[in-house]
Amino acid sequence: MTICNDMTLAAIEPDAGLAAALKLDRAGVIGEIRRSGMKGRGGAGFPTGVKWNLAAAAQGDRKFIVCNADEGEPGTFKDRVILTEWPGRVFEGMTIAGYAVGATEGILYLRGEYAYLRHGLEQCLAKRREEHLLGNDICGKTGFGFDVRIHMGAGAYVCGEETALIESLEGRRGEARNRPPFPVNTGLGGMPTIVNNVETFAWATAILARGADWFKAIGTEQSTGPKMLSVSGDVERPGVYEFPLGTPIREVLRAAGGEDAKAVVVGGASGQCVPANRFARTVSYEDVATGGAVIVFGPGRNMLDVAENFLEFFVDESCGQCTPCRIGNVKLLEGVRRLKRGECSTQQLRELRALGETMRVASKCGLGQSSPNAFLSIIEHFRREIPSRVPVTVEA
Amino acid sequence: MLSTQQEQRVAEIDAIIERHGRSRSALIPILQDVQRRHDAIGDFAMQAIADRLGIHPVEVYGVVTFYAFLNEDCRGRFVIRLCRTISCDLAGRDAVANQLRNDLGIEFGGTTADGRFTLEWANCIGMCDQGPALLVNDQVFTHVTPEKVHDILSACTRAFGLHGAQEVQVR
Repeated sequence: MTICNDMTLAAIEPDAGLAAALKLDRAGVIGEIRRSGMKGRGGAGFPTGVKWNLAAAAQGDRKFIVCNADEGEPGTFKDRVILTEWPGRVFEGMTIAGYAVGATEGILYLRGEYAYLRHGLEQCLAKRREEHLLGNDICGKTGFGFDVRIHMGAGAYVCGEETALIESLEGRRGEARNRPPFPVNTGLGGMPTIVNNVETFAWATAILARGADWFKAIGTEQSTGPKMLSVSGDVERPGVYEFPLGTPIREVLRAAGGEDAKAVVVGGASGQCVPANRFARTVSYEDVATGGAVIVFGPGRNMLDVAENFLEFFVDESCGQCTPCRIGNVKLLEGVRRLKRGECSTQQLRELRALGETMRVASKCGLGQSSPNAFLSIIEHFRREIPSRVPVTVEA
Repeated sequence: MLSTQQEQRVAEIDAIIERHGRSRSALIPILQDVQRRHDAIGDFAMQAIADRLGIHPVEVYGVVTFYAFLNEDCRGRFVIRLCRTISCDLAGRDAVANQLRNDLGIEFGGTTADGRFTLEWANCIGMCDQGPALLVNDQVFTHVTPEKVHDILSACTRAFGLHGAQEVQVR
């Protein structure tokens, strides 16, 4: 079963959020989102209200609302479930954002791997147009027009990074831009653009429908609201779970049936590895931040295999424009393979760690900056497993 | 009047471009449609598209080679992409990969001699809770086992006999 516990989004009354938003003025909508304290659900955790406010204040002939449905982070699939079960709440959230910042055009950037979702999404859009929830004079509000189109991605993980996504929308290679300037000022076609995750738009709808106070009461002071988690790996019940932010990892494992885990990787390939003795740590922006992926590893798993899999992923997905990421990931992968064969000297291991640290600070975009995370945290927490390895070439 | 195959191709590309508009931002949707029509985006198509959008063909080439789902060379009627990322790996990806190799008689990255199947790796396709997972063109298959590989391939073969790339029905 894909959906594993009670989902707040299922209980949000359709279009109540949009109706509530249209009763407020623009500043009022942004104020409500700011007051909720919501941070972006894609992983980076930028405060949504601040982003919307910047885009509202920015000058531009046109403004764009982009929904980032390029869910490529390994171990993440909650956006697929949201787009399948509650696409209306996502489009509603985009419409609310359009109203708040004065944008008339929305784009859903759907990853190529999810092409089979497109038909259902187009149907949802058509229905919303019929019901005057999209188009001109939405809900009878004169002068407020907004519509959404779907743009298909073509298979590139890096396009989940917002500036790479914009490059892709403009018909270019998905190579990240330098920031600043940020997309809220200079985004698609040089115009102010909001790029938010699928889940962020869905929660924005919920915040308008139920109020910022309701949202703020859930979670912790710095990490407000519920979060959807994609749990996979060595658990009895993999799937999508909803928890308040600030929930200990142990509790997530208990719900999914993975208490005997040796380690979890939170945040996908770009996330960090948390070993069993740290399962009291919480899923939150102030502790273990995540876009939603929780990958669980049972007692028999070799964590170097995990690091190797992740680095193969990054070598393949690095866009290649900056050196630390393009070459660094290849070197880390070679290093992990050397470690696996039991051929890595202490000095080499030290150099690999230094390389990882360099990649964190010197890479141009989030992909390169976060690509050594899993490797470094695995080396840190499972160090004892590594030097004791017997070279595989030696016969027993 | 008879027209050459190239003229026909250009006419098809023109029709696709008219549908999307002659702007750079339409490039990827145009390329996706050209690929759907012609199975690949060859040099000739890249040049024609570049001419019409007023950009250098290298710009088009750069885009085609950047994205995993855009191809210069012809692929099989059914492109099978097996997810190789961590959760599918834990769930038994290697056994499925091996069965695909054995049943198709090709390696990953290859196309069968009859042009029916291309076998590729995919990075995470977002089916981590239901792995091992694979895509056949746009269609997703989950909880794939080595036994199920045979069913998927024979369903493709049956569909091929009818109308080429239509929806694949697995019993």
